[in-house]
Amino acid sequence: MSTDADESAGDDGFTPDDEAAEIAELRARIDELEEELADVTVETDDDQKSMVIVATKGTLDMAYPPLILASTAAAFGWDVTVFHTFWGLDILHEERSKDLKLSSVGNPNMPVPNAIASIPGMDRVTTKMMRKKIADNETASIDELLDTCFAMDVEMQACQMTIELMDYDEDDFYDDVTVGVGAATALEAMAEADIQLLV
Amino acid sequence: MPITDTIIKAQYSIVQCRHNMSLETDVTETLDVKGASCPMPVVKSKQAVDDLAAGDLLEVVATDSGSMSDIDGWASGTDGVSLVEQEERDEGGETVYVHYVQVEE
Repeated sequence: MSTDADESAGDDGFTPDDEAAEIAELRARIDELEEELADVTVETDDDQKSMVIVATKGTLDMAYPPLILASTAAAFGWDVTVFHTFWGLDILHEERSKDLKLSSVGNPNMPVPNAIASIPGMDRVTTKMMRKKIADNETASIDELLDTCFAMDVEMQACQMTIELMDYDEDDFYDDVTVGVGAATALEAMAEADIQLLV
Repeated sequence: MPITDTIIKAQYSIVQCRHNMSLETDVTETLDVKGASCPMPVVKSKQAVDDLAAGDLLEVVATDSGSMSDIDGWASGTDGVSLVEQEERDEGGETVYVHYVQVEE
């Protein structure tokens, strides 16, 4: 017995109706994939870089790297967040940031041996020496770098748990500082960021 | 043929000179960051560029030798700006580093 459908059926036994259905299905799948691809392309087109720095140290020397990197990254137009925790909070502390000290012990590159460096008052001496060097070299002050970071919309965060641990008050920090944030906030930002640094 | 060389060199210097002169006359704004060290030349350049319009040319005058690499790196890594030229000049015994940064259209 021979019908039109049988005659035009391919070797695989498909009828034109089957083929048409399959083609329609494939077309729909292609459209679907193209839509998905467009979404992915939109996502990767966003070349806005971002950086998160976790600042944990509050000595005069260790306050510099996060502030220098943050302000420079902001100059590149990146989104920058600096999450300050433990002694890093002192960088954002209005009073304490103006009086960051250099430790004279524990650094073998210091010009004074540790035995002498551990004499009370030596930190004040080495801090004074460092501040003079910074001024002589016309290196930006911590104040200047902080102002720059705030002016360039760097997101400065102060970890809530350590604010309480260190007996600080939320009002002790500069106005533009974000308080009430914790490790989860930092991690969430770090997961999205292109660069993550712990200082 | 040394005489031809001399002529070529002289012509080249004139071209160079004209090129630099035209750059200088095209400058929209000059930013003086003499004395400032890293990261301020870059940071201040960015702040200056933000106040300029497309097509404007910013001249950055620095004494920080690191600015040669830093301004170059910043300009190539930042959207909307391009480095046109950099040069080292002697200003009364002091070396200054001059950068020409163009705000892109």
